[in-house]
Amino acid sequence: MKRFFLAALAFLTLTLLLTGCKKETASDDKIKIGLNFELSGDVAQYGIAEAEGAELAIEQANASGNFDKEIVAIKYDNAYNAAETSAIITRLATEDKVSGVIGPAVSGMAMAQYQAGNQYGVVMISPSATADAATLDANGNAYDFAFRACFIDSYQGAAAANFVARDMEKLKAVVIYDSGSDYAIGLYNTFSEKFTALGGTIVAAEAYIDSDTDFSAILTKINGEDFDVIYIPGYYNQAGLIIKQARELGIMVPIVGPDGFDSPTLVDLAGASNLNDVYFTTAYSNLSTDPDQAAFIEAYKAKYGKEPNMFAALGYDATNLLLAAIQQAGSSDPAAVQQALLNISGFKGVTGTITFDEYHNPIKPVLMVKLVNGEQAESIEVQP
Amino acid sequence: MTQFLQQIVNGLSIGSIYALIALGYTMVYGIIKLINFAHGDIYMVGAFVGFICISTFKMSVLSAILCAMVFCALLGVAVERLAYKPLRNPTKAGLFATALVMGFILIYLVAKATLELDNLWAGVIALVLSLALGFFVYFTITPKGNPNRIAALITAIGVSFFLEYAMMAIMGPNNRSYPATLGGTATLAGVQITFAQILIFIITLALMLILTFIVQKTKIGRAMRAVSTDADAAALMGVNVDRTISITFAIGSSLAGAAGVLVGIYYNTLNPLMGMTYGLKAFIAAVFGGIGIIPGAMLGGFAIGITETMVAGYWSSLFKDAIVYIILIVILILKPSGLLGKNVREKV
Amino acid sequence: MKRWLTLPTLCWCVFAIGLYGLLQLLIEIGVISVVWQITLANIGINVILAVSLNLILGISGQFSLGHAAFMGIGAYAGGIVLKMLPGYTGMLLGALAGLLISALAALVIAVPTLRLRGDYLAIATLGFGEIIRIIINNMKITNGAAGLSNIPAVANLTVIYFTIVLTLIIVCNFKNSAPGRACISIKEDEIASEAMGIPTTRYKVIAFVLGAMLASLAGVLYASSFYVIKPTYFAFAQSINILVIVVFGGMGSMTGSVVAALVLGVINYLLQSLPNERMIVYAVAIILIMVFRPKGLMGNFELSFARLKSLQDIKALPALWKDKILAVLARLKNKRQKEDA
Repeated sequence: MKRFFLAALAFLTLTLLLTGCKKETASDDKIKIGLNFELSGDVAQYGIAEAEGAELAIEQANASGNFDKEIVAIKYDNAYNAAETSAIITRLATEDKVSGVIGPAVSGMAMAQYQAGNQYGVVMISPSATADAATLDANGNAYDFAFRACFIDSYQGAAAANFVARDMEKLKAVVIYDSGSDYAIGLYNTFSEKFTALGGTIVAAEAYIDSDTDFSAILTKINGEDFDVIYIPGYYNQAGLIIKQARELGIMVPIVGPDGFDSPTLVDLAGASNLNDVYFTTAYSNLSTDPDQAAFIEAYKAKYGKEPNMFAALGYDATNLLLAAIQQAGSSDPAAVQQALLNISGFKGVTGTITFDEYHNPIKPVLMVKLVNGEQAESIEVQP
Repeated sequence: MTQFLQQIVNGLSIGSIYALIALGYTMVYGIIKLINFAHGDIYMVGAFVGFICISTFKMSVLSAILCAMVFCALLGVAVERLAYKPLRNPTKAGLFATALVMGFILIYLVAKATLELDNLWAGVIALVLSLALGFFVYFTITPKGNPNRIAALITAIGVSFFLEYAMMAIMGPNNRSYPATLGGTATLAGVQITFAQILIFIITLALMLILTFIVQKTKIGRAMRAVSTDADAAALMGVNVDRTISITFAIGSSLAGAAGVLVGIYYNTLNPLMGMTYGLKAFIAAVFGGIGIIPGAMLGGFAIGITETMVAGYWSSLFKDAIVYIILIVILILKPSGLLGKNVREKV
Repeated sequence: MKRWLTLPTLCWCVFAIGLYGLLQLLIEIGVISVVWQITLANIGINVILAVSLNLILGISGQFSLGHAAFMGIGAYAGGIVLKMLPGYTGMLLGALAGLLISALAALVIAVPTLRLRGDYLAIATLGFGEIIRIIINNMKITNGAAGLSNIPAVANLTVIYFTIVLTLIIVCNFKNSAPGRACISIKEDEIASEAMGIPTTRYKVIAFVLGAMLASLAGVLYASSFYVIKPTYFAFAQSINILVIVVFGGMGSMTGSVVAALVLGVINYLLQSLPNERMIVYAVAIILIMVFRPKGLMGNFELSFARLKSLQDIKALPALWKDKILAVLARLKNKRQKEDA
């Protein structure tokens, strides 16, 4: 018994010492940026992709020579847990004294972070917290220091409804949504609201959970209905499989989705031949001849050996936004950074041109991208 | 009517996948009464091994399945030897091995991350320290058997986390897709059946028969049944208990490996956390049919697959898991040892 | 009154208040930073969860894999009421609602399922836990999958600390009461206890419901500390986390649960900054500890002042503490000798 305790104590001391060693990298002659992401747990895929995008942006900023100090990232894993998120934002703000925080990926985590972190006066930019209310406090005012780099749900859902009802002139829709994701439910609600207002009907709404891989039951069920379009608010992992299984069952109607479709994985999972008559809303399309975007894709591929997805791009943009604000402010003081961020207009990121509105949401044009054989064939701008 | 038949086909096809994983689950449970939470993750590892075989080494589907089966069998035995046996029936050498391997991984990772060393130095440090730890364990700890089954369960959870996140570290967290397919689609009276569905169904059925044959008719099967009934008595009768358990793990894990490749190809997707849901569902299927009973696992798998499909198809998929659990609880209450299980009278 | 005010009780009071004073002092002089206060709050909530599960698992021997669902009930009750009525009144009302609902739910679950044994019970409770989560996920008032956000953070370390004290008082007294001893006998041998005339189902249900109610308190504290709750937090994985703390500390030992929650909380804090290795290190640590210490850190050891008999001891408090430590060491040594024998 005693021996065991001695061994355990020795191990714990060792770990403490080792972890203690690491902290010494922090000092004043550096610009510190906190990364608070879901790096383990159910949504680790999204958090890890965003952290990769953010780290790429920091690496490029260091290489660019635009900053006189070295930029370092301090990365923590919140394990998709609100308690750890609160602790981490406090740790970043009070102990590491960062100039700004990037993350987390999921709306729920972002809300916990904004509420816990706003009092410390450090800028927080979530790359992908899309819930409408994420940056708002209980009274509906935006938190001073909370920002995001993505569309809000209502903006995108309404744009999709507008496109389906007005441009495609399809008025009988089936919605297949992820019942465990606030992103999907937010989009579903705003889509159906706008769609019914435009004279459309939601013929059926089917739910799935994110660990599902077999959608044949719900697809067989809707196959008996009369509809002419499917809206799938959700991410590429499930959407890819739904599209594949739907096309194999002979459901050939157009399929519309949100920016959650935007990943090379969608093509892998669905198969290129099944990705015809598929549309999704996004802020950027690789049809644009934007050299910055091409450079980002190249750099990401060179660093990580794979194609970036939307999350990586948003993480990259969120970090560059913060870096641009730091540069504009001319100091890494959080309050100055916040002012600079509010004044930013027309920031050119790889996911579109960003200006913040009064609720600290980015105003970006919505593009509707059409896929033909898995390739982006055309993109048009749509209004929400 | 066509829709109903189609839903039955859908249910059978997802059910045969649950059954395929449940077969291995039920064998392992049958012999050491351990809810092997890592079983679902061995299935995940099998899917990845098959994926690497097909995409990197350009193997055929069949040889990929064989590779995955062999790899998973070895992995299953390793897990059993390093993580479960030291709890069940520890020996000095076994504890030494566990301390060495686990200690090496732990110290290597911590040293590499905190001291920012390169692989070689971290490896050297970890090797030295874990050897020290191993010898410390070897010379100071007296091995004692431990009847606490919940400790074994927690170990299984640890193994499950380890496999999931080690795979995530090696292969990345993203979903991947299989670069192979299994034939086309046939339409029969308006009902669509794919070749893959038929294949998985037949393989499950065949494996169930083979396993039943092994357990009922062969020498090793007799040993398994003996160990399952009473390990001590079996040992007295000359059965090599540890070897029998290892063989059971090897068979069960290789089945999971085969299932991983087949399901990966069938759904065209795999990721490091895919084992959790399927593992849990397969376990429920095994309990449903009577855990430890091989035909029961198959029955349970089909029952759960069809229930899920019917609930999703005729009501709402929001409630399919809830309904499955409700049916499971009702069955457990009415017939605590599952549909095919025999109710054992308690003896005082 | 006389019976209640015994020396051990007094010692516990002094200990509890002293520890609280020490905590406040350390916060005041800045040794415990804001970060550690939040981490400690999380650890405290885990302590309550572990102690409440330990009551079910360690004392009455019933294997539950659905404990997180009761935490979820408490969290949602607390969150909903707090959003309508910010402040301590809201929290108290929320806690009351949580206690009531979780007691009812636990009763509904316990009566049919507690007839099951071992792994079957585990699966049944797992099923019920998931059903509760699915219900929460599909209700309007709980805001579905998106969960509740902007919950006023009214809980602080003081509230959490005294809830832990309350939980420990309830559970430890239960352990030493007549029903508690009945529960322990059920854990040791259910058939024998039944033969001795113990209504086993009744006591198992009592322990289960009590454990569920305490878990709901932890849920209320979670909701009122960390701003956001979602149904996914209260899934199977969280039940496993609680179970790991209990087994890690030692089943049946409340001291063990407290120590294990602390140790795992500290390890967790350290691992936050090693995101790539975090879960692997955690997993390997679990395996190593379970293999080399299957009874958990503390085994069935329980910190206790029961040995103090006379008031004289209090006069020499420093000496008393020295004695106490020596006594603990002696007990450890004794134990080891017994183990070796």
